[in-house]
Parts: sequence; C-alpha cells; structure tokens
Amino acid sequence: MALMLKGARLIDPQVGLDEVADILIRDGVIVEIGHDLEMPKGVERDLSGKIITPGLVDIHVHFRDPGFEEKEDIISGSRAAAHGGFTAVCPMPNTKPVIDNAVGVEYVKSRAKDAKCRIILCGACTKDLAGQVLSDMGDMHASGVKAFSDDGRGIQDAGMMRRVMEYASQFDAPIMLHCQDDSLVGDGQVNEGAASTRLGMIGWPAVGEEAEIERDILLCRLTGAPIHIQHITTARGLDMVRAAKAEGLPVTCEVTPHHLFLTEDDITDQYQTSLKVNPPLRTADDAVALVEGVVDGTIDAIVTDHAPHTDWEKDRPFEQAPFGMVGLETSVGLVLTKLVDTGIIDYARMIELMAVAPREILGLEPVKLEAGSVADLTVIDPDVSWTVSRDDFYSKSGNSGFLGWSLKGRASDVYVGGYSTMEEGVVVD
Amino acid sequence: MAFNHKNLIDIREYSSDDIMLILETAARFKEVNERRIKQVPTLKGTTIVNMFNEPSTRTRSSFEIAEKRLSANSLNFGGSSTSTVKGESLTDTVKTLCAYKIDLIVVRDKHAGVPRKIADTSGVGVIDAGDGRHQHPTQALLDLYSIWEAGRDFNGLNVGIVGDIANSRVCGSLVPALKTLGANVCLIAPPTLLPARPDVLGADEVSANLDATLPELDVVYMLRIQRERMEGAPYPSLREYNRLFGLTRDREHLMRDDALICHPGPINRGVELDSFMADHPKRSLILDQVYAGILVRMAAMYLLLGGSHDGVDA
Amino acid sequence: MSGSSQSGAAEASVPTGSVCMDADDITRAITRIAHQILESNKGATGLALVGILTRGDYLAKMLHDKIEEIEGVDLPIGALDISFYRDDYLEHFSPEVLSTDIRFDINGKTIILIDDVLYTGRTIRAALDALMDIGRPRAVQLAVLVDRGHRELPIRADYVGKNVPSASEQAVRLFLEEVDGVPSAVEIISTDDGSHIGSAPLPRIKGE
Repeated sequence: MALMLKGARLIDPQVGLDEVADILIRDGVIVEIGHDLEMPKGVERDLSGKIITPGLVDIHVHFRDPGFEEKEDIISGSRAAAHGGFTAVCPMPNTKPVIDNAVGVEYVKSRAKDAKCRIILCGACTKDLAGQVLSDMGDMHASGVKAFSDDGRGIQDAGMMRRVMEYASQFDAPIMLHCQDDSLVGDGQVNEGAASTRLGMIGWPAVGEEAEIERDILLCRLTGAPIHIQHITTARGLDMVRAAKAEGLPVTCEVTPHHLFLTEDDITDQYQTSLKVNPPLRTADDAVALVEGVVDGTIDAIVTDHAPHTDWEKDRPFEQAPFGMVGLETSVGLVLTKLVDTGIIDYARMIELMAVAPREILGLEPVKLEAGSVADLTVIDPDVSWTVSRDDFYSKSGNSGFLGWSLKGRASDVYVGGYSTMEEGVVVD
Repeated sequence: MAFNHKNLIDIREYSSDDIMLILETAARFKEVNERRIKQVPTLKGTTIVNMFNEPSTRTRSSFEIAEKRLSANSLNFGGSSTSTVKGESLTDTVKTLCAYKIDLIVVRDKHAGVPRKIADTSGVGVIDAGDGRHQHPTQALLDLYSIWEAGRDFNGLNVGIVGDIANSRVCGSLVPALKTLGANVCLIAPPTLLPARPDVLGADEVSANLDATLPELDVVYMLRIQRERMEGAPYPSLREYNRLFGLTRDREHLMRDDALICHPGPINRGVELDSFMADHPKRSLILDQVYAGILVRMAAMYLLLGGSHDGVDA
Repeated sequence: MSGSSQSGAAEASVPTGSVCMDADDITRAITRIAHQILESNKGATGLALVGILTRGDYLAKMLHDKIEEIEGVDLPIGALDISFYRDDYLEHFSPEVLSTDIRFDINGKTIILIDDVLYTGRTIRAALDALMDIGRPRAVQLAVLVDRGHRELPIRADYVGKNVPSASEQAVRLFLEEVDGVPSAVEIISTDDGSHIGSAPLPRIKGE
C-alpha cells in the first residue's frame, strides 16, 4: 500500500530539511522524499500550502483509563490526540487502580491497540502513588514501560525519592517528576500572592514547587538517574533546571501551553474552574520567563498535561473543583498562534519541542523526514483561523481554559505508521 | 442619585457614594427599629432565600430580622438538610430555588466565589453573607456604619485590624471599603496570620507590633482568633497570642483618648480581647455593630430590590 | 370640609408653564386652612400636625406658625417619610430615603396630615399606613395645598388650598423659597415620559 503526500512544505530540523517536496510512503515507512515523485499505484494527496512535520508527541496526558472513564478513556483520549495533531502520547499512570504493576501496563496495552495514536507506556514510581513502596518497576519495564512517574503527586520523602531514582536507573527509563511539597502547598488553590489574596483562597506557593525541583536536582546529581521535571511553572524553578543543565546533569523539563499563555490574572471574580490547574497558573513574569526558556532551550518539551474532567465536577465551587484542563486539541493551535506566528520561535524549534525532544527524553526511536523512518507525520494547515469551541473537541471533556480563543493554524491531517488517523480535520474511524 | 447594583457580592464594586448611600439609608431605618411596630411593608410579596451552607447563627439571625422587618417572605435553606449534603450540585440547588420564583438569595458558603456563581446561575440578586476566606460585605458595611454613627469621618481615619487577617473574609471586604472611603488601614498580626499580599488587599501598612501601633489608631478592629489544634498552628499558644496581640486593659494607656474598639463577634474573651476592653462603655462599639447589622442589611435589601434593575448591574 | 376633591378632573386643564399659585396665594391658603382646621375641630385641643416629606413638612411648619399666631397654641409637629410604604417601590425607585421624625405620642391625637399636592391618593394611602404603624390616632384629617384631581383611590382632602384642574401628563409642583431658593409658587410643568410624578426633589444637603 503506497501513499504519496504531494506539495507540502516539509520541515525537520533533525535532517536540516525545510522545503516543498513530496513524500512517498510504503508499508508505513517513508521510502522517498523528493521533487515530482511518481508512483505506479496508491493513494495520492495534494497537501499544497500545508506543512508536514515529524509526528508530534505529547508525553504528558491523562486518559483516566481505567477508573474514570466518564472523563476520558484511552480511545476517546487518543481521538482527541489525533484531532490535536499528535501521533503519540504518554498517559500518566494515576488511574484507578494506579498503573504500578505489569497487569495494569498490559491493560493499557490491550486498550491501546484500538487507539488513534501510539500510546507510550508509563508506570508509577511508587505503589498507589503513596510515595512509600517502590512500584514493580522491573515488571513494568519488561512489559514495555518507557518512563516512570507519580504525576499528580510529589514524592514527599527525600529518602524515598533517592531510592526511586537509584532503582529506576537500571532500566534506562527516565523519572518524570511532579514537583510539589505538600507541607508547603497544603490545600493551595491558586498561586500564592496576588491571586490568593484577591480571591480569598489558600495559596499554592511557587516555593512548594521549587523546593522539590531543587531537591530532585540534588538527588539527580547523587544518583545519576535521568530526571524530567514535569509542567514547570516558575522563573526560579527554570533557573534551577538551567543551572543543572549547565552542569551537565541529565535533567530535562517540560511546560504546558496554559502555563505559557495564561496567568493568575486570568482568574477573575468569576472563579473560572477551567483555570484551576496543578501547579497553578503563575504570575505574568513567570509566563514571560517560561517563554524565554522555550526559546533558549532550557525547556525541552511542550506538553499539554491534558487533564479531562466532567462538566459537573468543574461546575463545583472553585475550591471543590478538581485540578486540570484539557489541552490536546488546542496545543498546536496555541503554539502556532502565540509562538510561531509571532516569530518568537520558528517551525524548527516548535518541532524540536513537540516531536524531537519528547522522543529523546523517553528514549524512543526518532521519527525523521527521511527515507527509512517510520511514517508518523503531522500535517499542519498554518493559515486556517478557528475558534476554540467545546463542540469541536473529540475529548469527552471540555474543561479548556481557552474556549472562545481565536487561533490561527492547526493540524489538518495525521499519519501514524503510514495510516491516516485524521484527514482534513476529521478523525478517521 | 442612582443606585445601580443588583448584587452585593464584591464591595470593591461599590463606590464611595454607593457605600455612603447604604449607610445613610441604614440610618433611616433606625426610626423603624425603635418603634413599637418594628416593621414596614416595603418588601411585601417578595421572597428572599437565606441559603446558609455553613452554620452561622448570628449572621443568619440578623438577615432574618432585617427581612421580617421589611415584610419579605423569607425561607431558610441550609444546615444539615442542605441538598448539597445529599450530593446535589450547587447549580441544581440554585435552579431548584429559582423555580420557586424567588427575588433574592442571601448566601453564606465556606467556599470563595460561590455568591458570584449563584448570581450567574440564578439571575436573581445575591447578597454575599460571607464566602470562604474571600468577602463578607454586609459585615464591612455594619462596621463602617458603627464607626460613622459614632461620629467619625472616614477620610484620614486610622484603622488598625488585629488578628487572623489571612483567613478573614471580614478583612476581604472591610479593608477595600475603608480604602474606598479614604481611611488608612494598618494590618497588625503575627507574620503567620498575614495574607501573601497585604497590598493587594489594600492595606497601607503591616505591623507585628501592637504596642507600637496602638497610639496611632482611631479605631482598633479586633478579629476573632480561631481556637484550633496547636499542631502546625500559626502561634504557639493562646496565652502568647494574647500577650502579643490581645487588646487588654493594660494596653489602654497606649490608645488615643477617643479610640474605638470593634469586633465582628463572637468574642473569645481573654484571647483577642479582655472583658474590660470588650465592655468598655466609652470605646467599645461591639453591641452597636450588632444593631448596625440589622440596619445595613435592611438598607442593602431595600436598595437592591427597589425599582427595576433590568440589565443594570455593577 | 371645603373643596370637593373630585371636581378638578372634570374641568379644563390649565396650560403648562403657568403659575397657579404665587407666594401670596400660598400664604392666604395656609391662613384659610388654619382657620378651617380650628373651626371644624373647635379649637386646637388634641391636634397635632404631620407633614409628608418632602414639602408637606414645610407646609406643616407654616400651618403650625399660623395656628400659633391665631390661637396662641404650640401644636406638636412632625415629619413623615413614606418611602418604606410606597406601592410602586418595586417599579419606580428613588433610593433617597428621608427620616420620619415624629417625637410626640400620636396615640389619641387628631392628626392633621399635610401634603403639597393631592393627586392619585397613593401617597396618602401610604402615609396613613405609615402613621398607623407609629400609633393609633383618634382621627386623621388631610390638608393639601393643591388638589389636582385624577384620584385612583377613594381618598379626599378635608382642607384644600386650591383645586387645580390638570392633565395627567402635567406635573403640579410646589416650589418653596426656603427650600428651592426661588420665590414660592405652585407651577404646572410638563413631565418627561417615565419620570416620576411627585414632589420636586429636594436639593441634596450633605450630611443629611
């Protein structure tokens, strides 16, 4: 089965490619890239005016499966991923039950067979995310887990964190860290400072995140285990990562679109629960620093932390509503509109942040726009103007903080292993 | 003069004229409250729901009396029978209440932002009777009324608020309202009981030294200290709190001759106030504040429900 | 009882912009009403004066002084605010509230209720309710400077300064020198659509 994608601008910084050319795909693999390619028979698609990138990857999503399938499941989440332009995602293991053993991993694998994108497996660091007993890391690794994370919770005890790092280092899988010191954060709801004072809610202080980032960098230096700081939100936290990288430590980090493009000031006296996220939206200065980190390379990856919740859960009073917002279907549009279209970064940097680095961090085979590479491709329509709307989502949930935003550019087509998962904005069933 | 508010939720939406109109209107209601028939027919036929999702005998009683004296039909809704306890969502509860064709909701909730949410859901007027750590506008108004009634001019008035500022919804309304009226506000508390950004609240000054601040103050506003478990508490003991931040008889010599004492009640005698100061005949406004609660709540309801507010809201 | 309250509406309206009572007319009307009150009550015993805010209280003061001049009696006098008793509170609302100020016991007294202009009768209905909530007078009599007709309730005045036929789109306003700073007069003016027909607003006094 052959597929020809004609006339798109191909961009891949890994191979120094940025030109209009054709891609010929056979059996899920790119066989040729060139001009005026021809094929005897197969499907040909004219993608003039579009951009093709190596398939985008989001290494931080929540698919709530098993346990909370009313919010999302692996299938609906994967459809949202395809609709958002992603060829692969890494769902976090904070499900019910927690994916902390091989049985759970096998469940996810079995569900992933029907998914509309690749599902990268991630297991918990500690049993039941309790931060006290090591999860079955070896078993899970044997079942194909590529990373470990207790996302949703920080590992409170420094000694336990050290143990996790040391034990995990034998498996060549990074530890993805949700940094949150509970003794400082407590029942924090919004960023501590102007927002917590103005809104009359308990603050979630920056130091509650930064203290664990610093601790974990120290433990990384001690253990040598590669660590990946999840959803970094503060300027100071970013400086810690910057310093660790300068020192040569195996530290990477990620940022979400909502921490880049929204701030604590966006939470008005309407108490929008869609803006209740963990870690919380920080100050405008922090957001500026995060964008700088995206530009200068301190931030390795952009992820969504796609965190679906039902309407009725988010309809509760702010303090009772759960943390998190969906993001898979707005991420590309936001990055294109706010970073690429504005000239803050170019397409090549966007691809590094959303396709290259995510695979590197998890030690996955790179996907490149060159012959021999697997045909995981994202097609972007850079010119389409659209408005973020709940009706447009494939996700089961609509708790986006960006509803109503006008964006320019989005993914129009996605290919996974040479098969289309989305064509012209519609997920292929 | 115009009064274009439908809700009393965020005191920061009220101008100095709005606040003074409420105080002046409250003063008019004194005549009603001091005669034998303490009732006027003004709100005859209107239905007001007192939705108290957390217990509050005092505030609810004050609202109830105010409603009855205005001849409103009031319905008390809340307590352990609250449908939210039974798992009903706040939105569904409010929609149910609206199906009763009500005119005003007075809401107390332990969560910040709930009054605004109810206003948006219901479309009827809402008075915030205290939401979490956020605001308590009628408390601020009754405090202001008591100070004003005592003959003080707000412009340049030095008000010190002492105690648990961080968790105080009273401060959330009182500090901005005092600033709107031109007063100077000093927050006096151990650093563990201060909000992250006192300046955002509107405070001009912050101090941890009551003795040094007292001589400057025209009004000393003492907040109630929660008697909480001491593990992780923001102060080592009630005894030490009293020694550092309690307004005690032996501190009176530091006060101005005409300095007044306020407290939102209920008082922890021996903690933030001793009996001599709480009952001080010349200084204490504490019982005046309770009476003022009736007056300002009558005034607020009178002003909020009067005339047609269609499409007009702050 | 002088003056039929119903007569005005049947007559042709007086033109808008005209002055129907000047300061002397007002003084003469007050004098006449004072005499009528004393005559029909056989003296001043048990009488008390209550003026409806705003304007009625000033007329009450004028009546009080006139009666004192005639009879040598200092009658109790008070002011009644009816804001809390209005029947149009939910539709038309003027946030300004003035204070009822009646410092004598009205129980058993014959109250002379005084207002500037008698129109629909609704103000008087509210005033009667307000009065009854304060106490139980022996009797209430109504004195008005102007009766302009258009009654909507079965209410009539016991003492009328002048019957002024008017159209309902007109307003009849009493201006008083001590309040408005213009020569005292009763004037016929046109009302803007939707504006409240009632007493002229008081100039705002700070600290009131």
